[in-house]
Amino acid sequence: MSGLLSEDLLTAIGRVAEPKRELVTRRDIRKYAVATGSQQRKYLDGDVAPPMFHVPLFWDVVELSELTPDGVSIDTLLPIFPLNRAMAGGLDIDYVKPIYPGDWLTATRTLTNIYEKSGRSGPLIFYEVVMDVRNDEGELVIREKTTRILR
Amino acid sequence: MNPAPVVGGVIPTREHSPGTVQLMLYNAVLWNGHRIHFDLPYTTDVEGYPGLVLAGPMLGDWLHQVVDEWLGDAGSITGVSYSNRGATYVGETLLVGGEISAFDAATGELELDVYIKNQAGDVVVPGTISARLTATADS
Repeated sequence: MSGLLSEDLLTAIGRVAEPKRELVTRRDIRKYAVATGSQQRKYLDGDVAPPMFHVPLFWDVVELSELTPDGVSIDTLLPIFPLNRAMAGGLDIDYVKPIYPGDWLTATRTLTNIYEKSGRSGPLIFYEVVMDVRNDEGELVIREKTTRILR
Repeated sequence: MNPAPVVGGVIPTREHSPGTVQLMLYNAVLWNGHRIHFDLPYTTDVEGYPGLVLAGPMLGDWLHQVVDEWLGDAGSITGVSYSNRGATYVGETLLVGGEISAFDAATGELELDVYIKNQAGDVVVPGTISARLTATADS
Protein backbone atom coordinates (compact mmCIF):
# COMPACT_ATOMS: atom_id res chain seq x y z
CA MET A 1 0.00 0.00 0.00
CA SER A 2 1.30 3.41 -0.90
CA GLY A 3 -1.14 4.83 1.60
CA LEU A 4 -3.77 6.31 -0.70
CA LEU A 5 -6.44 4.61 1.36
CA SER A 6 -6.76 6.05 4.85
CA GLU A 7 -7.92 3.98 7.81
CA ASP A 8 -10.99 6.19 7.89
CA LEU A 9 -11.82 5.47 4.25
CA LEU A 10 -11.37 1.72 4.76
CA THR A 11 -13.97 1.76 7.54
CA ALA A 12 -16.54 2.19 4.74
CA ILE A 13 -16.01 -1.51 3.87
CA GLY A 14 -19.09 -3.37 5.03
CA ARG A 15 -21.39 -0.40 4.62
CA VAL A 16 -24.90 -1.50 3.50
CA ALA A 17 -27.32 0.66 1.49
CA GLU A 18 -31.01 0.91 2.35
CA PRO A 19 -32.71 -2.12 0.70
CA LYS A 20 -34.93 -1.33 -2.30
CA ARG A 21 -38.09 -3.33 -3.02
CA GLU A 22 -39.47 -3.15 -6.56
CA LEU A 23 -42.28 -4.74 -8.60
CA VAL A 24 -41.47 -6.55 -11.86
CA THR A 25 -43.98 -5.63 -14.59
CA ARG A 26 -44.55 -7.10 -18.05
CA ARG A 27 -44.32 -3.59 -19.53
CA ASP A 28 -40.88 -2.98 -18.03
CA ILE A 29 -39.61 -6.36 -19.27
CA ARG A 30 -40.93 -5.59 -22.77
CA LYS A 31 -39.25 -2.16 -22.84
CA TYR A 32 -35.96 -3.67 -21.70
CA ALA A 33 -36.15 -6.44 -24.31
CA VAL A 34 -36.87 -3.97 -27.12
CA ALA A 35 -34.12 -1.56 -26.04
CA THR A 36 -31.48 -4.31 -25.89
CA GLY A 37 -32.40 -5.64 -29.35
CA SER A 38 -33.70 -8.96 -28.05
CA GLN A 39 -34.90 -11.39 -30.72
CA GLN A 40 -36.70 -13.74 -28.33
CA ARG A 41 -40.50 -13.71 -28.14
CA LYS A 42 -40.70 -14.69 -24.45
CA TYR A 43 -38.76 -11.54 -23.51
CA LEU A 44 -40.36 -9.22 -26.10
CA ASP A 45 -43.79 -10.33 -24.82
CA GLY A 46 -42.68 -9.92 -21.21
CA ASP A 47 -43.51 -13.51 -20.18
CA VAL A 48 -40.21 -13.85 -18.32
CA ALA A 49 -37.36 -11.42 -17.65
CA PRO A 50 -34.12 -11.80 -19.63
CA PRO A 51 -30.78 -11.97 -17.78
CA MET A 52 -29.64 -8.53 -16.56
CA PHE A 53 -33.20 -7.25 -16.18
CA HIS A 54 -32.31 -6.56 -12.54
CA VAL A 55 -29.98 -3.79 -13.77
CA PRO A 56 -32.78 -1.40 -14.84
CA LEU A 57 -35.07 -2.66 -12.06
CA PHE A 58 -32.68 -1.41 -9.40
CA TRP A 59 -30.99 1.55 -11.13
CA ASP A 60 -31.27 4.46 -8.71
CA VAL A 61 -34.22 6.79 -9.31
CA VAL A 62 -33.06 10.18 -8.05
CA GLU A 63 -34.52 13.65 -8.40
CA LEU A 64 -33.17 16.11 -10.96
CA SER A 65 -31.54 18.23 -8.25
CA GLU A 66 -29.47 15.22 -7.16
CA LEU A 67 -27.89 14.68 -10.59
CA THR A 68 -24.45 16.09 -11.38
CA PRO A 69 -24.18 18.52 -14.35
CA ASP A 70 -23.15 15.59 -16.57
CA GLY A 71 -26.33 13.75 -15.64
CA VAL A 72 -24.89 11.17 -13.25
CA SER A 73 -26.42 10.16 -9.93
CA ILE A 74 -24.01 9.98 -7.02
CA ASP A 75 -23.76 6.60 -5.30
CA THR A 76 -24.13 7.44 -1.63
CA LEU A 77 -22.91 3.96 -0.63
CA LEU A 78 -19.38 4.98 -1.63
CA PRO A 79 -16.93 7.11 0.36
CA ILE A 80 -15.09 10.01 -1.28
CA PHE A 81 -12.07 8.41 -2.99
CA PRO A 82 -8.74 10.21 -3.51
CA LEU A 83 -8.85 9.15 -7.19
CA ASN A 84 -11.94 9.87 -9.25
CA ARG A 85 -11.35 8.99 -12.88
CA ALA A 86 -13.32 5.79 -13.56
CA MET A 87 -11.66 3.13 -15.66
CA ALA A 88 -13.13 -0.11 -16.95
CA GLY A 89 -15.28 -2.03 -14.57
CA GLY A 90 -16.53 -5.56 -14.43
CA LEU A 91 -19.56 -7.54 -13.39
CA ASP A 92 -19.91 -11.05 -11.95
CA ILE A 93 -23.47 -12.31 -11.73
CA ASP A 94 -24.98 -15.56 -10.42
CA TYR A 95 -28.48 -16.27 -11.72
CA VAL A 96 -30.25 -18.45 -9.16
CA LYS A 97 -33.98 -18.13 -9.95
CA PRO A 98 -35.97 -16.83 -12.94
CA ILE A 99 -37.86 -13.52 -12.71
CA TYR A 100 -41.51 -13.17 -13.80
CA PRO A 101 -43.98 -10.28 -14.06
CA GLY A 102 -45.67 -9.76 -10.69
CA ASP A 103 -42.58 -10.68 -8.67
CA TRP A 104 -41.63 -8.32 -5.85
CA LEU A 105 -37.86 -8.26 -5.45
CA THR A 106 -35.64 -6.62 -2.86
CA ALA A 107 -32.07 -5.58 -3.58
CA THR A 108 -29.49 -5.01 -0.86
CA ARG A 109 -26.14 -3.48 -1.82
CA THR A 110 -23.02 -3.88 0.31
CA LEU A 111 -19.64 -2.23 -0.21
CA THR A 112 -17.56 -5.38 0.27
CA ASN A 113 -14.02 -4.32 -0.55
CA ILE A 114 -11.69 -1.39 -1.24
CA TYR A 115 -8.06 -1.99 -2.19
CA GLU A 116 -5.15 -0.42 -4.00
CA LYS A 117 -2.80 -1.71 -6.70
CA SER A 118 -0.06 -0.05 -8.67
CA GLY A 119 -0.82 0.27 -12.36
CA ARG A 120 1.54 1.13 -15.22
CA SER A 121 0.71 4.82 -14.96
CA GLY A 122 0.31 5.11 -11.21
CA PRO A 123 -1.83 3.86 -8.35
CA LEU A 124 -5.27 2.38 -8.91
CA ILE A 125 -8.11 2.04 -6.44
CA PHE A 126 -10.46 -0.93 -6.77
CA TYR A 127 -13.78 -1.26 -5.01
CA GLU A 128 -16.40 -4.00 -5.01
CA VAL A 129 -20.13 -3.74 -4.41
CA VAL A 130 -22.26 -6.89 -3.98
CA MET A 131 -25.97 -6.68 -4.65
CA ASP A 132 -28.19 -9.51 -3.42
CA VAL A 133 -31.64 -9.71 -4.96
CA ARG A 134 -34.17 -11.74 -2.97
CA ASN A 135 -37.87 -12.53 -3.41
CA ASP A 136 -40.49 -11.99 -0.71
CA GLU A 137 -39.81 -15.52 0.59
CA GLY A 138 -36.25 -14.41 1.28
CA GLU A 139 -34.79 -16.71 -1.37
CA LEU A 140 -31.77 -15.50 -3.32
CA VAL A 141 -32.70 -14.73 -6.95
CA ILE A 142 -29.54 -12.99 -8.19
CA ARG A 143 -26.16 -12.10 -6.71
CA GLU A 144 -24.16 -9.48 -8.58
CA LYS A 145 -20.67 -8.23 -7.81
CA THR A 146 -19.53 -5.00 -9.45
CA THR A 147 -15.82 -4.18 -9.52
CA ARG A 148 -14.76 -0.66 -10.46
CA ILE A 149 -11.31 0.79 -10.98
CA LEU A 150 -10.38 4.43 -10.30
CA ARG A 151 -7.21 6.17 -11.41
CA MET B 1 -29.20 -25.71 -29.93
CA ASN B 2 -26.97 -26.02 -32.95
CA PRO B 3 -24.17 -27.04 -32.93
CA ALA B 4 -24.37 -29.44 -29.96
CA PRO B 5 -21.88 -28.56 -27.20
CA VAL B 6 -18.31 -29.68 -27.81
CA VAL B 7 -15.33 -28.11 -26.08
CA GLY B 8 -13.68 -25.80 -28.59
CA GLY B 9 -16.88 -25.43 -30.60
CA VAL B 10 -17.95 -21.92 -31.55
CA ILE B 11 -21.51 -20.66 -31.35
CA PRO B 12 -23.20 -18.52 -34.02
CA THR B 13 -22.08 -14.89 -33.87
CA ARG B 14 -24.33 -11.85 -33.95
CA GLU B 15 -23.66 -8.28 -35.09
CA HIS B 16 -25.04 -5.16 -33.44
CA SER B 17 -25.06 -1.70 -35.04
CA PRO B 18 -26.91 0.34 -32.44
CA GLY B 19 -28.17 3.79 -33.43
CA THR B 20 -29.00 6.85 -31.39
CA VAL B 21 -32.61 5.74 -30.91
CA GLN B 22 -31.69 2.36 -29.44
CA LEU B 23 -29.09 3.95 -27.15
CA MET B 24 -31.63 6.53 -25.96
CA LEU B 25 -34.27 3.87 -25.30
CA TYR B 26 -31.79 1.72 -23.39
CA ASN B 27 -30.73 4.57 -21.12
CA ALA B 28 -34.36 5.64 -20.67
CA VAL B 29 -35.19 2.10 -19.52
CA LEU B 30 -32.32 2.32 -17.01
CA TRP B 31 -33.23 5.88 -15.96
CA ASN B 32 -29.65 6.84 -16.80
CA GLY B 33 -29.22 10.55 -17.51
CA HIS B 34 -25.48 10.47 -18.27
CA ARG B 35 -25.04 12.97 -21.10
CA ILE B 36 -22.31 11.01 -22.93
CA HIS B 37 -25.10 8.70 -24.15
CA PHE B 38 -27.39 11.29 -25.82
CA ASP B 39 -25.86 14.77 -25.90
CA LEU B 40 -23.45 14.74 -28.85
CA PRO B 41 -21.99 18.30 -28.56
CA TYR B 42 -21.32 17.73 -24.84
CA THR B 43 -19.82 14.29 -25.50
CA THR B 44 -17.40 15.46 -28.20
CA ASP B 45 -16.63 19.05 -27.09
CA VAL B 46 -16.51 18.64 -23.29
CA GLU B 47 -15.67 14.97 -22.73
CA GLY B 48 -13.54 14.58 -25.86
CA TYR B 49 -15.08 11.34 -27.13
CA PRO B 50 -15.39 10.78 -30.91
CA GLY B 51 -19.12 10.03 -30.65
CA LEU B 52 -22.01 9.03 -28.40
CA VAL B 53 -20.76 6.33 -26.03
CA LEU B 54 -22.58 2.99 -25.91
CA ALA B 55 -23.74 2.05 -22.41
CA GLY B 56 -21.50 -0.60 -20.84
CA PRO B 57 -24.26 -2.86 -19.47
CA MET B 58 -26.00 -2.91 -22.87
CA LEU B 59 -22.91 -4.66 -24.23
CA GLY B 60 -23.00 -6.97 -21.23
CA ASP B 61 -26.56 -7.85 -22.19
CA TRP B 62 -25.44 -8.77 -25.72
CA LEU B 63 -22.99 -11.34 -24.32
CA HIS B 64 -25.99 -13.01 -22.67
CA GLN B 65 -28.10 -12.79 -25.83
CA VAL B 66 -25.64 -14.57 -28.09
CA VAL B 67 -25.46 -17.52 -25.67
CA ASP B 68 -29.18 -17.46 -24.79
CA GLU B 69 -30.15 -17.53 -28.49
CA TRP B 70 -27.85 -20.48 -29.09
CA LEU B 71 -29.20 -22.36 -26.03
CA GLY B 72 -32.83 -21.77 -26.99
CA ASP B 73 -35.05 -24.01 -24.88
CA ALA B 74 -32.21 -26.49 -24.26
CA GLY B 75 -30.81 -24.67 -21.22
CA SER B 76 -30.33 -21.43 -19.36
CA ILE B 77 -27.57 -19.09 -18.25
CA THR B 78 -26.45 -19.52 -14.63
CA GLY B 79 -23.71 -16.94 -14.41
CA VAL B 80 -21.58 -14.33 -16.16
CA SER B 81 -18.32 -12.53 -15.61
CA TYR B 82 -17.26 -9.73 -17.95
CA SER B 83 -15.44 -6.43 -18.08
CA ASN B 84 -15.81 -3.35 -20.26
CA ARG B 85 -12.28 -2.66 -21.52
CA GLY B 86 -12.76 0.22 -23.89
CA ALA B 87 -15.41 2.67 -25.03
CA THR B 88 -17.56 1.91 -28.08
CA TYR B 89 -19.63 4.38 -30.06
CA VAL B 90 -22.80 4.88 -32.09
CA GLY B 91 -21.89 4.11 -35.70
CA GLU B 92 -19.74 1.09 -34.89
CA THR B 93 -20.68 -2.45 -35.82
CA LEU B 94 -19.85 -4.83 -33.00
CA LEU B 95 -19.44 -8.58 -33.31
CA VAL B 96 -20.53 -10.85 -30.44
CA GLY B 97 -19.52 -14.49 -30.24
CA GLY B 98 -18.30 -17.30 -28.05
CA GLU B 99 -16.51 -20.61 -27.77
CA ILE B 100 -17.31 -23.53 -25.48
CA SER B 101 -14.49 -23.91 -22.96
CA ALA B 102 -15.96 -26.65 -20.75
CA PHE B 103 -18.82 -29.12 -20.94
CA ASP B 104 -19.84 -31.79 -18.45
CA ALA B 105 -22.29 -34.12 -20.17
CA ALA B 106 -23.22 -35.74 -16.85
CA THR B 107 -24.43 -32.53 -15.20
CA GLY B 108 -25.20 -30.53 -18.35
CA GLU B 109 -22.98 -27.72 -17.10
CA LEU B 110 -21.31 -25.59 -19.75
CA GLU B 111 -18.83 -22.75 -19.79
CA LEU B 112 -18.17 -20.42 -22.70
CA ASP B 113 -15.55 -17.77 -23.38
CA VAL B 114 -17.47 -14.87 -24.90
CA TYR B 115 -16.38 -11.61 -26.50
CA ILE B 116 -17.45 -8.41 -28.19
CA LYS B 117 -15.09 -7.12 -30.89
CA ASN B 118 -15.11 -3.71 -32.52
CA GLN B 119 -14.58 -3.17 -36.23
CA ALA B 120 -10.81 -3.06 -35.76
CA GLY B 121 -11.02 -6.58 -34.32
CA ASP B 122 -10.11 -5.54 -30.77
CA VAL B 123 -11.90 -7.37 -27.97
CA VAL B 124 -13.66 -4.55 -26.11
CA VAL B 125 -15.70 -6.79 -23.79
CA PRO B 126 -14.20 -10.16 -22.77
CA GLY B 127 -16.14 -12.49 -20.53
CA THR B 128 -17.21 -15.98 -19.54
CA ILE B 129 -20.74 -17.32 -19.28
CA SER B 130 -21.83 -20.47 -17.46
CA ALA B 131 -25.00 -22.31 -18.38
CA ARG B 132 -26.82 -25.51 -17.59
CA LEU B 133 -28.69 -27.72 -20.02
CA THR B 134 -32.14 -28.73 -18.84
CA ALA B 135 -32.49 -32.40 -17.91
CA THR B 136 -34.99 -33.15 -20.65
CA ALA B 137 -32.87 -31.71 -23.47
CA ASP B 138 -31.41 -34.31 -25.79
CA SER B 139 -28.31 -33.74 -27.82
